[in-house]
Amino acid sequence: MQSALNPGGPQAELIARESGWLLGMGASVFAVTMAALAYAALHRRRAADPQSANPSIARWVAAALALTIAVLLTNVVVDMRTGRALADLPDRARPDALTIEVTGHQWWWEIEYEHADPSRRLTTANELHIPVGRPVKIELRSADVIHSFWVPGLHGKRDLIPGYSRPLWIQADHAGVFRGQCAEFCGDQHANMALLVIATAPADFARWYAAQLLPARAPADAAARVGQRVFLANACVLCHTIRGTPAGGRVAPDLTHLASRRSLAAGTLPNTPPHRRAWVLDPQGIKPGVRMPAMILPARDAEALFAYLDGLQ
Amino acid sequence: MSTTDVLRGPGEDALAAERRELTATWSGRGGFVGWMASVDHKSIAKRYIVTALAFFALGGAGALTMRLQLARPDNGLLGPDLYNQMFTMHGTTMMFLFAVPIMEAIGLYFVPLMVGTRNVAYPRLNALGYWTYLIGGLFLWGSFFAGSGPDTGWFSYAPLSETLFSPGKRVDIWAQTVTFTEIAALIAAVEIIVTVFKLRAPGMTLNRIPLFVWSMLVTAFMVLFAMSTVATASVMLALDRLVDTHFFRPATGGDALLWQHLFWFFGHPEVYIIFLPATGMVSTVLPAFTRRPVFGYTILVFALLITGFLSFALWVHHMLATGIPHHGSSFYTTASVMIALPSGIQVFCWIATIWTGRPVFRTPLLFVLGFLVLFVLGGLTGVMVAAIPFDLQVHDTYFVVAHFHYVLIGGAVFPLFAAIYYWYPKVTGRMLSERLGRWNFWLLFAGFNLTFFPMHILGLMGMPRRVYTYREALEWGDLNLLATAGALVLALGVALFVLNVVMSLGSGERAADNPWDADTLEWSTASPPPPYNFHPLPGVDGRSPAWSRPEELPRVTGLATGSREMLVTTALDARPDSCNEPPGPTIWPFVTALAVGVTFIGSVFTPWGFVVGMLLLLPPLVAWGWPRGKREETGTSPEAA
Repeated sequence: MQSALNPGGPQAELIARESGWLLGMGASVFAVTMAALAYAALHRRRAADPQSANPSIARWVAAALALTIAVLLTNVVVDMRTGRALADLPDRARPDALTIEVTGHQWWWEIEYEHADPSRRLTTANELHIPVGRPVKIELRSADVIHSFWVPGLHGKRDLIPGYSRPLWIQADHAGVFRGQCAEFCGDQHANMALLVIATAPADFARWYAAQLLPARAPADAAARVGQRVFLANACVLCHTIRGTPAGGRVAPDLTHLASRRSLAAGTLPNTPPHRRAWVLDPQGIKPGVRMPAMILPARDAEALFAYLDGLQ
Repeated sequence: MSTTDVLRGPGEDALAAERRELTATWSGRGGFVGWMASVDHKSIAKRYIVTALAFFALGGAGALTMRLQLARPDNGLLGPDLYNQMFTMHGTTMMFLFAVPIMEAIGLYFVPLMVGTRNVAYPRLNALGYWTYLIGGLFLWGSFFAGSGPDTGWFSYAPLSETLFSPGKRVDIWAQTVTFTEIAALIAAVEIIVTVFKLRAPGMTLNRIPLFVWSMLVTAFMVLFAMSTVATASVMLALDRLVDTHFFRPATGGDALLWQHLFWFFGHPEVYIIFLPATGMVSTVLPAFTRRPVFGYTILVFALLITGFLSFALWVHHMLATGIPHHGSSFYTTASVMIALPSGIQVFCWIATIWTGRPVFRTPLLFVLGFLVLFVLGGLTGVMVAAIPFDLQVHDTYFVVAHFHYVLIGGAVFPLFAAIYYWYPKVTGRMLSERLGRWNFWLLFAGFNLTFFPMHILGLMGMPRRVYTYREALEWGDLNLLATAGALVLALGVALFVLNVVMSLGSGERAADNPWDADTLEWSTASPPPPYNFHPLPGVDGRSPAWSRPEELPRVTGLATGSREMLVTTALDARPDSCNEPPGPTIWPFVTALAVGVTFIGSVFTPWGFVVGMLLLLPPLVAWGWPRGKREETGTSPEAA
């Protein structure tokens, strides 16, 4: 799920192949050196042997040295070749390449799909949907401190550094869920800053995209209508956006289709109604240090709010 | 008077009388103040070593707590705040308060003894170094126990370490601790460089310097360049926080990557600053336990020099994930791969030494053999992470945690234990228990591998570093539990070591002058060495002076016994050059260190700390440098017989 050992795309595949070579190299050199060490320590010595009377030892050392140089040079060559292959990999000529801007925040991921038509740009959080087989260019930025974007199943990591932006190309070769996690220490909740990359067939991706572009559903019943009012009348609105309502805060995840996502608080909890309740009422207990304050609401308002959030499909 | 006269018949009484007079001359004053005022390199080095080991224990306790927290997924033992402080304290302590200081401390103890002189070059400066280091370390741990431990990692990346994201005083405390300890490190480096270049025994030409001394010399030069860089960086960070300079703040035109360049320009050589003295220890311990001089002396010296130079050419491999362009980074990859070569050469020379020697399997040799196993493994994973694409996967994961613990614990702490078992009799006059030593070794070796080997796999399974918890679904629980169990075994091994050291101090077997029949000069004086180290001062005619018969060794005669006098020799071929009278004990280095402490601790809170501190520094510096008055000329000049 979050392993460099199960590559799910061409980039990770290349790296995994290089890793295989390196592990093999390391294991063999280790085995040979340890055998030499064991022999050196344990071989039988004739009592009459004068000290250091072994002229052939210098030749052995020279041979080991030559072998080391050969192995190291091979390593450099393998590394350069893999590096070049990685650099050449994104097929930039493909017109259907997708560009996604990922911005790191303490401690969540803002995700924005680029589109020539501004009305078809899409903002979401912590869940990156990509179509299988299409190259994806990820533009990485940071809103605060340094984070690192790392989805081991798809590629190595790339830092998000304030003041810098460098793209990373990924591609998924089969449908599946690839978990990723921030890999640069970024403060209190570095451990709970995960994201999911969900690779789906192009048609499924298109359906998902269209659904996400829609504004939030109107509240379905009286309770949800009350819930929406609770949301808009409380601090929630200062940080979160729900498209189709006046809520337009940009410092926290977009909640327009909250209930359609798989996890909550950047991979901290599964996104189920009971977990959503626990989260809203006590975020600091679940993810200490998180920027979201606990919402102190009368029980009836809280229930209404949850009904509304549950409907944000 | 010729040497043979001194050693024969009635000369013995004269020698004994001279030694009594030298003891009086070189001893410190009594009492607590006298103890604080000591400028003897051995006393200061012993304090350094004990202090560094105490910080090692504290840093280790921190590591153990982190292992307990990570033993199970979603564990609640430590919250993120405490956990982040823990790993920051662990890294900062191990790197700045343990590893570098203890290597330098052992150098400060043994370099003068191994080159055959009576003290380090600037004895008072040496005392200042220790007191500064102690105050810095106490400040850091005091702050931690007062609930204000730094929590941005031992690397304190900007902008996380800037006031906007880390308000409060925690990062200031970290930055000032770094500056404190780097002052101490720089002082020790200067001591060692001048001692090695100017105070060697006559006849100890460059190609006869013991390998441990060579390694300390190269290390000291590396310290000069690396530590001054990080001290500059930590002061810049403190200024950003204290007076709003904008060195590392991207929002106002500063640069977040500048910090990383400055930090790793220090940070990578740092690894070799810790590792090179350890190689010196290995090359010193091996001859005594293989009964032959180390194989390939000249190659080993060149390996040290090459490592020293190359280590400054690969800092960027800590920053490959920042997206440095491919062409630029391939230079650093090549340098990182190439540095494996001098390390490989050293390993081959040591194996050749064992191969052609007659191993005596005592505890020090066990630790050297353990070192070879662990260091080769850690070195190979190092060659692996030098490859950029692979590094992009394992960078900042537990794979790297495993890698550098193999090179730092396997590559430096194991040789350190070998050196402690080897040199303990010289320092204390008592042997450590061999029985406990073997238990100590095997528990450490097993515990270490149990703890750190699984981390390679955890890293490949995607576990990042510096996380205080992880989800059960990620399936990292079992390997983490294993690692925690290993850490407990490791801790037991360390506890046995402490027990051995403490018990042997009072009841260990009495050590002869040269209990291992080793070959370097420190073994040709008493255990423990007298305050004046040697009398008569030795000359040297080969690489293994203690393996020559004493009557064959040349001696230095003609140094005063009633006043402190040291022989200064020429830098390259160590010919007697002049006589130097080093200053005696004084309390002022301690008072100076206090003023330095006020400067740094005060400036955590206000820029005025600097002003007040500078004013406070003035009186002790004047008193320190107050002219001593000219002693009457003795009229004799030293000569080597």
